[in-house]
Amino acid sequence: MNKDEALLEYVLRLGDNALVLGQRLSELVTRGPELEEELANANFALDYIGQARLFYSYAGELEGKGRSEDDFAFLRDGNEFRNVLLVEQPNGHFGDAIVRQFLFESFYALQLEALARCSARRVAEIAARAVKEIHYHLRHASQWLVRLGDGTDESHSRVQRSLDDQWRFTGELFAGDEVDEVFEREWDGPRLVELEQNWNEKLDTVLAEATLARPTVQWMDGGGRRGRHTEHFGYLIAEMQFLQRAYPGARW
Amino acid sequence: MSSLSNNADAMTSREILTLLESVADPEIPALSVIDLGIVRGVVVRPEGVEVSVAPTYTGCPATEVIERMIAAKLERNGIRKVKIKRVLSPPWTTAWLSDSGRRKLKAYGIAPPEGSAGKRSLLTPELRVHCPRCSTDRTTRVSEFGSTPCKASYKCDECLEPFEYFKCL
Repeated sequence: MNKDEALLEYVLRLGDNALVLGQRLSELVTRGPELEEELANANFALDYIGQARLFYSYAGELEGKGRSEDDFAFLRDGNEFRNVLLVEQPNGHFGDAIVRQFLFESFYALQLEALARCSARRVAEIAARAVKEIHYHLRHASQWLVRLGDGTDESHSRVQRSLDDQWRFTGELFAGDEVDEVFEREWDGPRLVELEQNWNEKLDTVLAEATLARPTVQWMDGGGRRGRHTEHFGYLIAEMQFLQRAYPGARW
Repeated sequence: MSSLSNNADAMTSREILTLLESVADPEIPALSVIDLGIVRGVVVRPEGVEVSVAPTYTGCPATEVIERMIAAKLERNGIRKVKIKRVLSPPWTTAWLSDSGRRKLKAYGIAPPEGSAGKRSLLTPELRVHCPRCSTDRTTRVSEFGSTPCKASYKCDECLEPFEYFKCL
């Protein structure tokens, strides 16, 4: 894999993570348990979709085949999406969604911090802007995790279960492949071993405060970054892409 | 210079910046795009005018509207070729808000951001926020989120008015 191919692939993965999580959060609009959460989710979704647009526009330029951000979002099939499995997991109950946000955003914040220092200029610029948003999101998810974990017996046991259930998707966040290797070597990209170490530290701090136990599950799922998704993904893109598939080129 | 015989085309970048002081943020009309600190530069060339604009939030729906408003404003003032360049670096933060912008926000009833943007630890509470009406710092955060991504919701414990806080990012 050459340098250019790796960069394009890396940028698409970033775009896909952001878009798919943005779509999941959009599904929560009008379903918030209270006004603050309603506004929070809508704002978070907007941030993610904005970030996806920046990554896709850049991917289109890198690819040089005239594909727009909309083409990447709406006209690719499921197996062409490279997002990690964690971000496509259904919203479930409130605790499930908070756990998913916490697990992903505590990783994504570290990834963006490292990317903001990398030598791929455009990626670094987007990351520097995006990381400010993600820190804000992460504060919200962390506070909720503590509140639910250290809350009532009911909230504690349910959120512990959410954590145990979704734990198997965390391995993929740090399972590097050739794309990560080339990106790290050529552009001084994130070192996954370091990210994982920092992530574990952050995680343990928040889990301790939330009185939650670190899951002991060993087996890790994966494959999203190569286009192999969980059964939930087809439904997600069917809804997301419906309009552009049914009415190609439709505009506001 | 003969290519600049048309008066409007001969506007300097300073004059264009002055013109942009009357382009309001569509979501917070008390602020101009200059107060907001998102206009990063104006370059006047014989072939047209290029305005560099930084988006506030990556997903801010107002970004495109603002870009169109800037182009329309210049076109109405006789500048025929306007190009808007979106710049990401350095990223916009609330530190880019001008002092006059902060004063206008307060007068409009939105508490301006306090302190500077920074990476606060995960669980630190917000700074004390002053009520834009009675200026007390006895205020309570109602919600970290508000009607737009840039605002949080507060209420004043002194004069009891609810208000919005332009949050620090």
